[in-house]
Amino acid sequence: MSGHVSIKLASERVNPSVASNNEIPRFFTPGEVICGLGDFMRGHGTYLEDNNIKSSVAGVMQKVNKLICVHPLKSRYVGEIGDVVVGRVIEVQQKRWKVETNSRLDSILQLSSVNLPGGELRRRSAEDEQMMRQLLKEGDLISAEVQSIYSDGSLSLHTRSLKYGKLQQGVMVKVFPSLIRRRKNHFHVFSFGISMIIGNNGFIWISPIPRELTNEERNVNSDTSSPEVSKHERKAIARMKNCIAALASSKMMLDDNSLRYAYEESFKYLNVKDLLDTEAMLDVAFLTQHRINDYDED
Amino acid sequence: MAGLLLSRTEKVYIVNGIEEDFRSDGRSNYDYRPIELETNVVSHASGSARLRLANTDILVGIKTEVDIPKPETPGLGKIEFFVDCSANATPEFEGRGGEQLANRISNILQRAYHASQAFNLKQLCIFEGKQCWKLYVDILILECGGNLCDAVSLAVKAALFTTRIPFVKAALMDGGDVDLQLSDDPFDSKPLVVGTAPLLVTLCKIGNKFVVDPSAEEEFCSIVSVVIGVSGNPAHYTTEKIENVESKFTTIGMSGVGGLVPDTLKSAISQGIVAAKCLDSALGRSLLRERQDICSYKKDSYGFLK
Repeated sequence: MSGHVSIKLASERVNPSVASNNEIPRFFTPGEVICGLGDFMRGHGTYLEDNNIKSSVAGVMQKVNKLICVHPLKSRYVGEIGDVVVGRVIEVQQKRWKVETNSRLDSILQLSSVNLPGGELRRRSAEDEQMMRQLLKEGDLISAEVQSIYSDGSLSLHTRSLKYGKLQQGVMVKVFPSLIRRRKNHFHVFSFGISMIIGNNGFIWISPIPRELTNEERNVNSDTSSPEVSKHERKAIARMKNCIAALASSKMMLDDNSLRYAYEESFKYLNVKDLLDTEAMLDVAFLTQHRINDYDED
Repeated sequence: MAGLLLSRTEKVYIVNGIEEDFRSDGRSNYDYRPIELETNVVSHASGSARLRLANTDILVGIKTEVDIPKPETPGLGKIEFFVDCSANATPEFEGRGGEQLANRISNILQRAYHASQAFNLKQLCIFEGKQCWKLYVDILILECGGNLCDAVSLAVKAALFTTRIPFVKAALMDGGDVDLQLSDDPFDSKPLVVGTAPLLVTLCKIGNKFVVDPSAEEEFCSIVSVVIGVSGNPAHYTTEKIENVESKFTTIGMSGVGGLVPDTLKSAISQGIVAAKCLDSALGRSLLRERQDICSYKKDSYGFLK
């Protein structure tokens, strides 16, 4: 029953970078001159001073025709309408919930933008207002879509579709929002027995594949009847969680393909806990990068 | 821990996983997360170490000072712990927010190190009844990712391992007072003997099982946790052959709202001693490796920047 302990020295640390073609982009630091004004236009992440365009964030420059933007490497989530996000309810207020979505300000979920139990559309009465905490309470995780953006930059969410709503058993992994690749679909079901919501805000939800619920079951508060998670599903979830951590530590873009590759490559390490080791993490990231490169060449 | 919220179903997932001995990152209930250690990071201190356990980040510095021993223990030196919770770790530590946690950790370390067979305080004695060394152990918590006690105790032991105490060249008796002359050469010093210094192991009771090295999420699910101090085995901390010393249980502390039945407490303690032995030998091995590195070539300092 003795456990496993590994203590490494800082001098043995591995460099997590997997940059394949030694092409390290040019980084700009805040205040650094990007170029003279010329006839360029100033985009996000830049400002004008002494007839020079300077970077206001630490990141990489992107030029679209005459527009110059600097994308920060690390930042809070900047929402766009239509994004799928995973968030945590932190407060129940009058007619709305406050949701933490890793953006600069807490997001808002209005009572009017959720599907009420029962399914059909109806007026939201004062009774519904009193039942809000039964629907979603502090700490609950939800998946939602960005409905609109307020003038101060905070997001308004909605869950008016059956695919959104409260999340059941599973794990949430947090990564930088800039590592999430935008896709048409952010809901994925993998053949190895897990389903995943890759939130645009960098929150990734991994859970077992939900069993089909009948309408009746959906109506009763599903909290009380959370099904057991089998050992097999648990292993797959843990392996996926460690794969995400491995790719994120090597700053690789995350989407369903890269994660599926990483998951398959990770079987080189039989025990899921071996993937916690930094060398194994780098190895998985490296193999995944190779597969992505191979795929791109074909 | 601080500022964390979990939904009911996430808790169910964690608790069931522990029941099946398969935690959310694939570890069993007895496994530690990977630890990274660096010693001699603070050049002004007599000894220092930085330890990172997953997201928990600890920096320890040790300062030596000459002091007068306590009248009831004239032959022993002094050691004092001071924990500082940086507001960088979580906003809740701002102001006096982290004080309670800091006091709890420093008290349990104080108790663990003052057990008679845990740490040899006699080596800090200079002149019995008149002068002794006092070690100030300053612990800075830079990031909180669960399992603070274990990480702190490992970092403290690593820092003590690198601490050197200057030799006393001459002592002048001036009436009742002693006037010491210390060597100016920083290498004219002796290392501390830390083999038996205790390590702390936190056992979190989640569901019906005990786990070691809980993550912040797991700590949130537990109702009661037991911290035990276990003295080390000096054989792990030297390259010479010396006989093994059985690890002994030195102190115990509890936190959380729940209670424990005596039988579960006993099994927790024995599980903790097993875990502490593993930690102790792993720490000893890596400290010896680090020392070898320092001897063989000029060590690069990594610190926080790389």
